[in-house]
Amino acid sequence: MNKIFLIIKREYLTRIRKKSFLIMSLLGPLIFATFSILPAWLMTRESEEMIKVAVIDSSGEFINKIPETKTLKFEYISGISVNSFKKVLKNSQEFNALLFISPSITYAPSHVWLYYYNQPNLNLSSHISNALKKEIEAKKLQTFNIENLDKIMESVKTDVAVQSVKISEKGEKASKTEILMIISYAAGFLIYMFIFMFGAQVMRSVIEEKTSRIVEIIISSVKPFQLMIGKVFGVMLVVLTQISIWIVMTMALSTVAQNFISHKSNSTKIEATSQNIMTQSGTIAAPQNPAMNQGNTEAISEIFSYFDDIPVVQIVSWFIFFFIGGYLLYGSLFAAIGSVVDTDTDTQQFMLPITIPLMLGLFVMFYTLNNYNSPVAFWFSMIPLTSPIVMMARIPFGVPAWQIWLSAFILIASFIGAIWMAGKIYRTGILLYGKKVSYKEIFKWLTYKN
Amino acid sequence: MNIFEARNIVKAYGDFIALNDVSVNIPEGCIYGLLGPNGAGKTTLIRIMNQILAPDQGELIFQNRNLRPDDVYKMGYLPEERGLYKKMKIGEQALYLAQLKGMSKHDALVKLKYWFERFEIQSWWNKKVEELSKGMAQKVQFIVTILHDPKFLIFDEPFSGFDPINATLMRDEIINLKANGATIILSTHNMASVEELCDNISLINKSKVVLQGEVSEIRNQNKPDIFEITFAGNPQTFQQQLNSKFELLEQKEIKGLHYARVKILHTSSDNELLSLLLPHVHVTSFNEVLPSMNDIFIKVVESSNLNN
Repeated sequence: MNKIFLIIKREYLTRIRKKSFLIMSLLGPLIFATFSILPAWLMTRESEEMIKVAVIDSSGEFINKIPETKTLKFEYISGISVNSFKKVLKNSQEFNALLFISPSITYAPSHVWLYYYNQPNLNLSSHISNALKKEIEAKKLQTFNIENLDKIMESVKTDVAVQSVKISEKGEKASKTEILMIISYAAGFLIYMFIFMFGAQVMRSVIEEKTSRIVEIIISSVKPFQLMIGKVFGVMLVVLTQISIWIVMTMALSTVAQNFISHKSNSTKIEATSQNIMTQSGTIAAPQNPAMNQGNTEAISEIFSYFDDIPVVQIVSWFIFFFIGGYLLYGSLFAAIGSVVDTDTDTQQFMLPITIPLMLGLFVMFYTLNNYNSPVAFWFSMIPLTSPIVMMARIPFGVPAWQIWLSAFILIASFIGAIWMAGKIYRTGILLYGKKVSYKEIFKWLTYKN
Repeated sequence: MNIFEARNIVKAYGDFIALNDVSVNIPEGCIYGLLGPNGAGKTTLIRIMNQILAPDQGELIFQNRNLRPDDVYKMGYLPEERGLYKKMKIGEQALYLAQLKGMSKHDALVKLKYWFERFEIQSWWNKKVEELSKGMAQKVQFIVTILHDPKFLIFDEPFSGFDPINATLMRDEIINLKANGATIILSTHNMASVEELCDNISLINKSKVVLQGEVSEIRNQNKPDIFEITFAGNPQTFQQQLNSKFELLEQKEIKGLHYARVKILHTSSDNELLSLLLPHVHVTSFNEVLPSMNDIFIKVVESSNLNN
């Protein structure tokens, strides 16, 4: 036991003393924030670049019918063939794309083509098809010769906005699906990333000990199993330290941010009051600005209040549990792989059986975000190779307790099994040099005694 | 008394038998040579001795009882392929390895200080291994191996990678360790050092012990019955004295002295040869040629290969 402790201590200390650990600890929260916000920001961001589309409308039905936006303009041209305009387009500074609408479009809805050399925007084609669809539908309706069609359409037109409400024992509440999804996504993805990053770190460290041959000196003092366990746990403590630092830093940052926001809104309130006083004293009323600011503050505090209802402690505790479980399961397998190869590059063939379930877990997790109670989500959150990722993505939405506990139990049993198996592979593998090992041989090692 | 006995050890890796019924008795306080061609099974035997591997069959006796897991603390092992953590500081690393051998931090520090001073390498304490040369790293490893005062030491090719000065330093340290009561197993291909250092040897070839015993005895038993004679007088007369019981292998003249190598065939003896020669030439020296361990190694390994 004392030996394992010494090994854990070494593994832990050499890692947290590295500069990269310090950098990750400081930059981690920033990087996560960037990575989680960036895609969303990119998607919602309106393209600032002007896009101009030339339209050759052979049907003649859609001229000036496709709505334009601030950054999207259409120019309807005629007297030029599609093929010759394609050549123009190649060197054109003015046009980004060419839209060709065939005369047959009303009965063959796919007879419309968008040509471009550089893809202008992902939304462009859906914008165009929506516009054409509306136009064609309207035309088709008109052929029925219904009287007062415009009025009927006007009265039929309805915008549906589903208000989702979650029923719980505490009463009905406006749902926070988006926030839950973000939390689920972040939790599942972090587990995936941690397992991969730190599992690979365990593997590389095993390879390093093997190739530097120090392993033989160490296992003449300790059992190979102790060395493996010490390494796996040492790296785990490093991750837990890192996570704790991140949690503390994030909490500190958000407290600072909250203080900053409320401080700012306080000052605007004071301003508002003074302006109100001015209004009361009889001059012009101008309370517009402060009111807007107050609205903002309310929105922000609303966002913060969302988190009040989310069982943060429960999520964080389960996150740590599933991280540890998943890490121990995969980390020991990574250690076993490291022991059977001589160099990093040889790891490929053995990595596959590990990366596939991990990737699968990630894909199922994406699916789970929308279908967190489906049978697929259920089963993949029970299978230990995927459960750390999938179950973690389900937990924020609320999962029956028995499912979590069952999944946790299976995971514990599996990582104990995995560590045992990895230990058997490891102790044979680390002493083997210059030999390509096959799966068959590895299975044989499992049966070797001692 | 034997400090270590391996009795009828069998070890197989799958279909390959690495050790086949190998028995080795190691007397306490000796330097014991473990010899054999590459791939003979020496490293497997060494790993079984320090419990890195377990034998499939056979008994291991240490200090007159069965070998126990905690006996590793009484052993020191310097593997053939040396390695240290490249990025770790020398001092820290030595301390870590010493603690793994069961030393307290305090004891380890005291001993390390002593050895670093003795080898005049105090300034290396805060250096990383990657900053050291191979020979320097090996010095550190030697210290780590002997730091916990093991009574039983295994050195696998301890002189490889050292320059002559440091190789001599190592040799002296090994002799010193023996003088202080340690038993040392020396696995090496350097036959000169076997002749110089080893009291006993086992020669392993193709998973089996093919030669075992005290070095002096082995060399005596393998004597080729060849004598080196230097004499003054007429070489023709010398040759005429040699009858069918003797065979002249070589004769030459160096600076006025005659030199001859004579093999004595079974039916005769060295005394007979001498008495034949003495009336006719002036014999200035008469020496029996002892076989070198190198010759014995080659002879035994080749003949055992032929028998298989």
